[in-house]
Amino acid sequence: MSVAKLRIYRGDSDGGQEVEYEVPVEEGTVVLDAIHFVQANYDGDLAVRWNCKAGKCGSCSAEINGMPKLTCKTRLDTLPLDKPITVHPLKTFPIIKDLVTDVSWNYEVRKKIPPFKYPEDTDWKMQQVDVERSQEFRKCIECYLCQDVCHVLRNHNKKNEFFGPRMMIKIAELEMHPLDIEDRKEMLREAAGIGYCNITKCCTDVCPESIHITDNAIIPLKERVADTYFDPLQWIIAKVKGS
Amino acid sequence: MERFETHTHDVIVIGAGGAGLRAAIEASAQGASVGLVCKSLLGKAHTVMAEGGVAASLGNVDSKDNWKTHFHDTMHGGKMLNNWRMAQLHAQEAPERVRELEHWGALFDRTKEGDINQRAFGGHTWKRLAHVGDRTGLEMIRTLQDRGIHTGVDVYMECTITHILKDGDRISGAFGYWRESGRFVLFNAKSIILATGGIGKSYKVTSNSWEYTGDGHALAYEAGADLIDMEFVQFHPTGMVWPPSVKGILVTEAVRGEGGILTNRNGERFMEKYDPERMELSTRDVVARSIYTEVQEGRGSPHGGAFLDISHRGAEYVKKKLPSMYHQFMEFAEIDITKEPMEVYPTTHYIMGGVRVDAETAQTTVRGLFACGEVAGGMHGANRLGGNSLSDLLVFGKRSGTGAADYASKIKDNELKINDIDIEGAVKEMLTPYENAEGENPYTIHQALQEAMGDFVGVFRTKDKLHEGIEEINILKERASQLKIEGSRMFNPGWHLCKDLKSMLIVSEAIARCAHQREESRGAHSRVDFPQYNDEKWGTVNSVISKDNGDMKLSTSPLHQMPEELKRIVEGGYE
Ligand SMILES: Cc1cc2nc3c(=O)[nH]c(=O)nc-3n(C[C@H](O)[C@H](O)[C@H](O)COP(=O)(O)OP(=O)(O)OC[C@H]3O[C@@H](n4cnc5c(N)ncnc54)[C@H](O)[C@@H]3O)c2cc1C
Ligand code: SF4
Ligand code: SF4
Ligand code: FES
Repeated sequence: MSVAKLRIYRGDSDGGQEVEYEVPVEEGTVVLDAIHFVQANYDGDLAVRWNCKAGKCGSCSAEINGMPKLTCKTRLDTLPLDKPITVHPLKTFPIIKDLVTDVSWNYEVRKKIPPFKYPEDTDWKMQQVDVERSQEFRKCIECYLCQDVCHVLRNHNKKNEFFGPRMMIKIAELEMHPLDIEDRKEMLREAAGIGYCNITKCCTDVCPESIHITDNAIIPLKERVADTYFDPLQWIIAKVKGS
Repeated sequence: MERFETHTHDVIVIGAGGAGLRAAIEASAQGASVGLVCKSLLGKAHTVMAEGGVAASLGNVDSKDNWKTHFHDTMHGGKMLNNWRMAQLHAQEAPERVRELEHWGALFDRTKEGDINQRAFGGHTWKRLAHVGDRTGLEMIRTLQDRGIHTGVDVYMECTITHILKDGDRISGAFGYWRESGRFVLFNAKSIILATGGIGKSYKVTSNSWEYTGDGHALAYEAGADLIDMEFVQFHPTGMVWPPSVKGILVTEAVRGEGGILTNRNGERFMEKYDPERMELSTRDVVARSIYTEVQEGRGSPHGGAFLDISHRGAEYVKKKLPSMYHQFMEFAEIDITKEPMEVYPTTHYIMGGVRVDAETAQTTVRGLFACGEVAGGMHGANRLGGNSLSDLLVFGKRSGTGAADYASKIKDNELKINDIDIEGAVKEMLTPYENAEGENPYTIHQALQEAMGDFVGVFRTKDKLHEGIEEINILKERASQLKIEGSRMFNPGWHLCKDLKSMLIVSEAIARCAHQREESRGAHSRVDFPQYNDEKWGTVNSVISKDNGDMKLSTSPLHQMPEELKRIVEGGYE
C-alpha cells in the first residue's frame, strides 16, 4: 500500500494554515476517505461536510490542488502523488472552519426565485422530450462548485448583483418547465443580474453533473431577456397587449 | 450555566428529508407555526440519494393496478407483520401524494401518452414506480424543499437535536446545538415530529450516510416511546463491492427492474434456484440471502460478490435509464456497465422497525410526539418493498403534519413548562467529553461497533452470535461512557460523534435483543438456527422495546386484527 501526503487547510475566520498529513492509498481511495482517515487517526475535530459519499448530495465540495471538486468523487490515483495534495475550502464563500464554508447566501438567493406556477386548466400531460430540458437542470446537486469558480462572484464579489450560475439554471429549470406560467424575465435582468455573465463557461467545466450551464441555460435565458427587453417589435407588441 | 438562544413554535419537525419536509409543509398549511430542524444543510438529507422510484398505483403503465394490489403486495412483502392500517392508508393515498408533487413542480419521466411513467420493482405485481431516471429522491427533495421555503416554515439547519424535553407526560420542547458554533439552543414546542431517518451507520458496510445514526429512534426511546420490530434491518442485495472505498454504496434495484441479470462465477443465473418465478425481481430479503449463499458456498465473483449485468440492454438505453449508475461505476470503479457486469453484495440499507405510531395521526405512545418516515415502524412489517419508502414519507409525512398541528392547536401558549433540571442534565452530558481528562477516542468505539454489528447481527443470525453481539455492545457502552475529544466546540465532528454513539448504541442493542428474541426466520430477519416461519408463536406479535426504570425492556405485543375485507385482498381478491 502506498501513501499520499495531504496538505489540508485548517483554520477559521481568524486565519489558519495548511497542515500536512500522511494517509494510506488503496485502489479507489478518494480524497474524502483520506480526510476521514485524518479524523479517525490524527485530528478528530477536522471539519468537513459530507453526506452520501457517492457524488449525489453535493455536500463535500473543496478545492483540491486548486481545482473546485467533490472530495468524494476525486480519486487519489488521478492526482500526482509525488508531491503533497492541497485541500482547501471553497474560496468564494466565507470560511467557518477548516473545509466548511458559509454557503447560506445561496439559500437566501434561492428563496427570491418565484416558484413553479401552473395554469388552472392543465390536464398534466407532458411529453418526455419536453420535460427533458428542465430535467437536465434538475440534476443539480447544489454543490456550489460553479458558484465558487464563477469570476463574477469569486473575484469581483458581486453577490448583491448576480445570483450566479447555480441560480441561473434554477431559473432556467422553472422557465423551461412545459407548464410553468410565471414570468421571471424582469428578475433575471434586474435582481439576478444575468448581464454580468460573460459566458466564460468556467461553471460548466466544473459541474460534477455535467450540466451544460452556459449553453443550455444561460445563453437561452439571455436570449429571452433580450427578446423581451431590447427587441423593439416585441416591446411594442407587449405594450399593445397591455402586459 | 451558559446562556443559549430559545425559539418557540407550535410544531417542531426534526429532520428535513422527504418525511420531515412533507410534515412541515402540512403542519404549516394547517395554520401551525413550524420549525424544521436538521443536522445537515437543507436538501442534503438521505432522501436525496434515493434512486429507483416512488411506488404508487397510478395505473399509467399497467392499467389494472389499484390500491388493493399495492396493499396486497406490501403485506406479502412484509410477511404479514405490517400494521395493516398503515399499509392500507399508504396504498390508498400514495397516488394522490405523487400527483401533488407534480403540482409543486416535480418532473417525472413520461409515458408515450404524456403521463407519469412507471417501472417494475421487486415484489410489485405491476409496473408501479414513478421515477426520474435513477435520481428520484433528488427530484422529490428539491420539489419539497421549494415548496417548504415558500410556505413560511422556519428552517434551522446544521442544528443537531440531542434531547427531547417533557412536561409531565407531554412533550414540551427539544434541546440541541448549532454545529457551526457549538452553542446550545432550546426549542419550545407543543408537539414534535420525528423524521430523522434510519440507523445504517451502526454497520460497517452500508448504503447510508453519516446522518444515519438512529437519533430519532434513540430520542423516542429516551422520551418513553415504544420501538417495534427493531430486528428487521433490510440488507439491500446489491451494494458495490469494489474498490474498498465504495464498498456498500447502493446499486439501485432499478438495474434489475430494467432487466439486470444476476450470475455467479460459473455463469449460472442462480436466482433460478431460489425463486424461479420472480427471479431477480424477487423481494430484497430473498435476493440478499441468495447472493450471500452463493458467495459462502464458493461461487462468488473475484471480489466476493455476484455479477449483475445490464449490458444486454444496450449502451443508449442504460445511459438513459440508469445514468447515475453508469457514472457511479465509471468514476468509482472504472467499469463501463454498458459493456461489463458489475459486482454486487448485500449492504445495510433500511430499518423496517422504528417508533410505534398510530396509523391515522402518526402519534407515538408519548403525548405530543409524532414520527414519520424511516424512523417510524409498522408500515413495512418484516421487509420493505423497493419504492415503498418514498411513498411512505409522503403519505405519513402529511398525516403526521396534520396530527401534530391538530394536537398543538388544543394546547394554549405558555401552558407547557421546560424543566431547568432537564436542561442542566443535557448540558452536562454534552460537555463531559471535553471535561474528561482521560477517555477513549469516539472514532475507535464507532469502528468497533460497526465490526460487531456486521459480525454478530448481520444477514444470517444465530443465538450464539447474537448473544456475543449483545455482550460486545455492553462492553462498548461501558467504554463509551468515558470519551475524550480534542479541539473547540466549533464544527467539531468528533464531538458530534460522541452524541451519535449514544444513539447508535441504543439502537444496536435494540436490534440485537429483538433479533435474539425472535426465534424464527421472517423477511429480513434470518435465523440459521430457526430457518422456518413460526406463524403460531411469532407471526402474531411485534417485538417491543421500551425504557423501564432506566433499563431497556424487551417484550412483545399482539398484532392488530385485520378486517375481513382486507384479509380477502391479501388472499388474492384484488382484481
Ligand atoms: C442509496 C439509497 C437509495 C434509495 N432508493 C430508494 C428508492 O428508490 N425508493 C424508495 O422508496 N426508497 C429508497 N431508499 C430509502 C429511502 O431513501 C429512505 O428510507 C428515505 O429517504 C428516508 O427518508 P426520511 O425522510 O425518513 O429521512 P431522511 O431523508 O434521511 O432525513 C432525515 C433527516 O433527519 C435529520 N436528522 C437526523 N437526526 C437528527 C438530529 N439528531 N437532529 C436534527 N436533525 C436530525 C437529518 O439531518 C435529515 O434531515 C433509498 C435509500 C438509499 C440509502
Ligand atoms: S459562464 Fe457566466 S456564470 Fe458561468 S462562470 Fe462564466 S461568468 Fe460565471
Ligand atoms: S449546476 Fe453543477 S456545479 Fe453548479 S451547483 Fe449544480 S451540480 Fe454543482
Ligand atoms: S458526499 Fe455527497 S456529493 Fe460528496
